[in-house]
Amino acid sequence: MALVDSLTSALERIPGGGIILTSMDALADWSRGQSLWAMPMGTACCAMELIAASFSKFDFDRLGTFPRPDPRHTDVMIIAGTITKKMQPAVRRLYDQMAEPKYVIAMGNCAVSGGIFYYDTYSVVRGADAFMPVDVYISGCPPRPEALQDGVLQLRELIRTRSLTDAPTYERDLTQPGLDAARAGSTDAETLIGDVPERPASGAGESL
Amino acid sequence: MPVEVESKRPVIDELGREVDELVVNIGPSHPSTHGVCRIIAHLDGEIVVKAEPVIGYLHRGIEKMAENRTYLQVVPLTDRLDYVGSMYANWAYCRAVERLADIRVPERAEYIRVIVCELQRIASHMMGVGASGADTGAATVFIYAFEVRERIVELFEELCGARLTYNYVRPGGVSADLPDGWIERCREVVRWAPDRLLELDRLFFGNYIAAERMKGIGVLSQSDAIAWGASGPTARASGVTFDIRKNDPYSVYPRIDFRVPVGENGDCFDRGRVKVLEAIESCRIVDQALEQIQPGPVAAEGLPRLLRPRAGDAYDHIESARGSLGVYLVSDGSPRPFRMHVRSPAFCNLQLLGLLARGHTVSDLVVILGSLDPVFGEVDR
Ligand code: SF4
Repeated sequence: MALVDSLTSALERIPGGGIILTSMDALADWSRGQSLWAMPMGTACCAMELIAASFSKFDFDRLGTFPRPDPRHTDVMIIAGTITKKMQPAVRRLYDQMAEPKYVIAMGNCAVSGGIFYYDTYSVVRGADAFMPVDVYISGCPPRPEALQDGVLQLRELIRTRSLTDAPTYERDLTQPGLDAARAGSTDAETLIGDVPERPASGAGESL
Repeated sequence: MPVEVESKRPVIDELGREVDELVVNIGPSHPSTHGVCRIIAHLDGEIVVKAEPVIGYLHRGIEKMAENRTYLQVVPLTDRLDYVGSMYANWAYCRAVERLADIRVPERAEYIRVIVCELQRIASHMMGVGASGADTGAATVFIYAFEVRERIVELFEELCGARLTYNYVRPGGVSADLPDGWIERCREVVRWAPDRLLELDRLFFGNYIAAERMKGIGVLSQSDAIAWGASGPTARASGVTFDIRKNDPYSVYPRIDFRVPVGENGDCFDRGRVKVLEAIESCRIVDQALEQIQPGPVAAEGLPRLLRPRAGDAYDHIESARGSLGVYLVSDGSPRPFRMHVRSPAFCNLQLLGLLARGHTVSDLVVILGSLDPVFGEVDR
């Protein structure tokens, strides 16, 4: 990202650079959206639909989405399934290992809000956004594979509306209000978030 | 073939040097853990000395939640237990409720239950076999297996509107009668499927690479299978001829003619192959059930919305795709279960991992885990 950062700020300064920047923007967003490799974070039942979505009948590949169970290779994490308190640190850690720019799709009611396990269970985190940023929410228990694919298309739209110059803001600040750690259901959720090492601030733009 | 190993620290290698056992953490998010299992593997070089499954990453407290729901409201929760084969948990739970509340299920409903559960067995085994294929590097197998699974899921969708969490089998019967023309479409699928399954059998188990990869790996002896409480295809692959459908017949199974495939060696190959053969048998069962089914009611008459069974307890088990799935219910006479316990075959089979993986390489560990076919919704509950 450092290269993109320095390039964009340099372009902004030169006369007429804005035009180049906008077209570059469009190109970068287009290419980014065309091939969103997915990190399948299948924890529970929704993972079955995630698998079904990648096979012949639904064929995720035609959208350029390809499941790669490696955080380093992927652009979007698809959280498919219930996140329990025991699983939460692992999910968060895998998210932190993904390279920027990264996106998250919360697939299924469990990942959106806790779903069927919202009210009376002691072990489930009520929604992935309690401890990590989520870009696209797909409801359903489980959502159909088509719904998941629609979610990827929605994400593509989202990427299209973002500018290259905003790139550093992809690293969202988790301490901001709105990410209500209390929704994680316990105080140790906060400690877990606190444990995540701080990412170095990207100030590469200044170096030019 | 497994290598003789002994867990000792420090480990001395063949040159007499002192090497330490390496502890490798696999999971909880690993492509080959079939969900959210974590394995702590102690390795001597590439050989597994000890493998410990760590479970609980999907513990959702379903048994506890059931205590806050009425008897009917628990059914959707049971869907989420064994999510590869939701119909089984529905059925096992409903049988326990019916036993507790003395509900008589109409014959047509029993036939429908047998039909959907046998279809579910095929669908579930396809997932298991496909995943074993993917574990051994044969992703094509998964795609072939999924073709059959998708056809069945389509039938289920027509039946109850859901692709995965069916909520179809209810206490006293099933939620809705078969739609028009469903029997013909189902018959078409079960007559088409055996050929595909045989093709899958040839493709995967007839393949030299798969045989090399899975024969003699993770051998479970007959006595161990019995001693460790293994059930389902895992036990039958070791030559244990235990199948609840035959040994403690329930529903309309006594009227149906079917065989129970049994393996000989108890290795990964047999565990996988038994599943395919079982799926072929299931096609036969469904075909017969479709012939025998008669029109009639599909739910017990006069069942109140709020069941208040007698105080007491009841246990019932069925043969699920993974083995003997039992539900134990305790009632105190109130509309909510006092306690629900699920005897989960996936949990009992998973504990074999440490025993089977000993002396094999890490790559075999993955194959062994795949062959035990655990579903973590059911293991952790
Ligand atoms: S949303 Fe429903 S199907 Fe998906 S993981 Fe949760 S309970 Fe399972």
